[in-house]
Amino acid sequence: MRLIAPIVKRLSRLGLVLICVALVSYGLMMASPINPVDAYLGPQMAQVSPEQRALIAQRWGFDQPPAVQFGHWLRQLVSGELGWSHVYNQPVSEVIGQRFQRSIVLLGSAWLLSALLGFSLGVVAGAKEGSKLDSIISTYAFITASTPAFWLAILAVLLFSVTLGWTPTCCAGPAGALNQEVTFATRLHHLLLPVTTLALLGIANITLHTRARMLELMRSEVATHAFAQGASRIDVAWRHGLRHASLPAVTLAFASLGELFGGSILIEQVFAYPGLGQATVAAGLRSDIPLLLGIALFTALFVSVGNMIADSLYAVIDPRIQPGEL
Amino acid sequence: MLIIDHLTLQLPYYADGYATWWKRRWATCLDAFSLTLSPGEVHAVVGASGAGKSLLAYAIMGLLPIPARLNGQLYYQGKPLDASRQRQLRGREMALIPQSLSALDPLVRTQRQVAWAAQRAGQPSAHAWRSSQQALDHYQLDTRAQQAYAHELSGGMARRVLTAMAHVSQAKLVIADEPSVGLDPLQRQRVLAALRELADQGKMVMLITHDLRHALPIADHVTIMRDGKRVETALATAFQGSGASLTSAYSQALWLALPDNAFATTTVSRREQETNVA
Repeated sequence: MRLIAPIVKRLSRLGLVLICVALVSYGLMMASPINPVDAYLGPQMAQVSPEQRALIAQRWGFDQPPAVQFGHWLRQLVSGELGWSHVYNQPVSEVIGQRFQRSIVLLGSAWLLSALLGFSLGVVAGAKEGSKLDSIISTYAFITASTPAFWLAILAVLLFSVTLGWTPTCCAGPAGALNQEVTFATRLHHLLLPVTTLALLGIANITLHTRARMLELMRSEVATHAFAQGASRIDVAWRHGLRHASLPAVTLAFASLGELFGGSILIEQVFAYPGLGQATVAAGLRSDIPLLLGIALFTALFVSVGNMIADSLYAVIDPRIQPGEL
Repeated sequence: MLIIDHLTLQLPYYADGYATWWKRRWATCLDAFSLTLSPGEVHAVVGASGAGKSLLAYAIMGLLPIPARLNGQLYYQGKPLDASRQRQLRGREMALIPQSLSALDPLVRTQRQVAWAAQRAGQPSAHAWRSSQQALDHYQLDTRAQQAYAHELSGGMARRVLTAMAHVSQAKLVIADEPSVGLDPLQRQRVLAALRELADQGKMVMLITHDLRHALPIADHVTIMRDGKRVETALATAFQGSGASLTSAYSQALWLALPDNAFATTTVSRREQETNVA
């Protein structure tokens, strides 16, 4: 029972967050100048008479008050029906499913790389404060922390894909090849540059926060006491530092899931990588309301789950935090 | 045998900026301080806050912040105790029981921390685990306390864990910095008795405290400290009656100010004290 209660509490909170996101994003769509009928018709708009348009609007329930429309949409949502994407001519859930599979490979590996590398670099820099290694790592972190993702991506494409020709310039596989024909190695080859770019930028934040926590620890009474026991700096960093520094690193890594999503929109655009980020841009530019709403909800779910995982991990790392209190 | 010979410690301070643009201001924290500590004795170093007691402990252990000016000599077992020897002996021959309970790592279980102290003293890990258990048992910390985190321990228990960490290293010189602060009489008794026991095993124990009353029952010698200077070193038995056998006015005044004695407040000016030292 002690385990079930907090889980139920957290899940209900998650549900509440999702309802709020649904309400706000639906409201924004209602307030936007997009006419769903026009968006649906696209270029054929000119061939359709006003009577037919009114008929479509009536079939879609646009003559009803907004609250009723929202209720209708929410009911469909709960039953798993996200609507139809006219941009991809597929159900929204299928679009999100396919696109997310590709994005998660890109996002997940970049995220894992930046978390692990960022944490290790931060620990090393913090433990060896003032050394050459520390200044190299810090300089790197400060520079990349202030570099825009899309700019670095463009430079990377220009250098490695266009000038040197080491990596492909676009997409998740060779142009024209069927999905089943693409080998694992080819997929990796296409992922290499976007993953590296995203990871290089993600490292900076985690490194700087980990380093700051390490510096604090190395000057704390815990460290002085360890030094009094004859411990070396490496000993203190390994035994005490890893534990203490992992708290901000975990927080940051899971909180940055949202940022990573934002970053992936730009990166996928630059590398023409057919993931969720690109779908978001397409849906926005071509007024695909069901897809946009679906992606907004899905992103909210993804980020909330990330934060939930971080919250649960705190109690594992720091025994002073009680799992039930969060 | 630990001999402190005219130790002078200066630390930079920045309160009023630099003295001149190229020269830092230096505060004298220890002023030609001398003390001899022999095996088997508890030597209490007593002084008010800011007298330089904790800095003395750090100077002996070699844990001072980097920009410190240190003059004078330290000898341990007949040989000079310089920075490299301090590094070598820390945790093995010399142990520090720190003043603050926040010296315990809040994220690590008690027994593991004690085992780390044993490993740092050079014991192989399996042996360290066993000796950590023995040390904690010795200080009457049960299995629950051994598996607890620092925030789950009472002040007295945490203090005993710190003592166990010094004990497990089997150091010959133990410096206890204010070990009785914030403890109830029973817990204080236990902690102080543990220090006496270490001395009875033939170790050198330096007990740093601001409370003369608590130090006297277990100490052999008492050194009174004021503003980084040694006022007087006396046998613990000299603190008796009206304190007539004490040579300096400051220690006499300190002794008489205790509630159990005259509870008298006489002010001893710094100049008067200096003439006494001379």
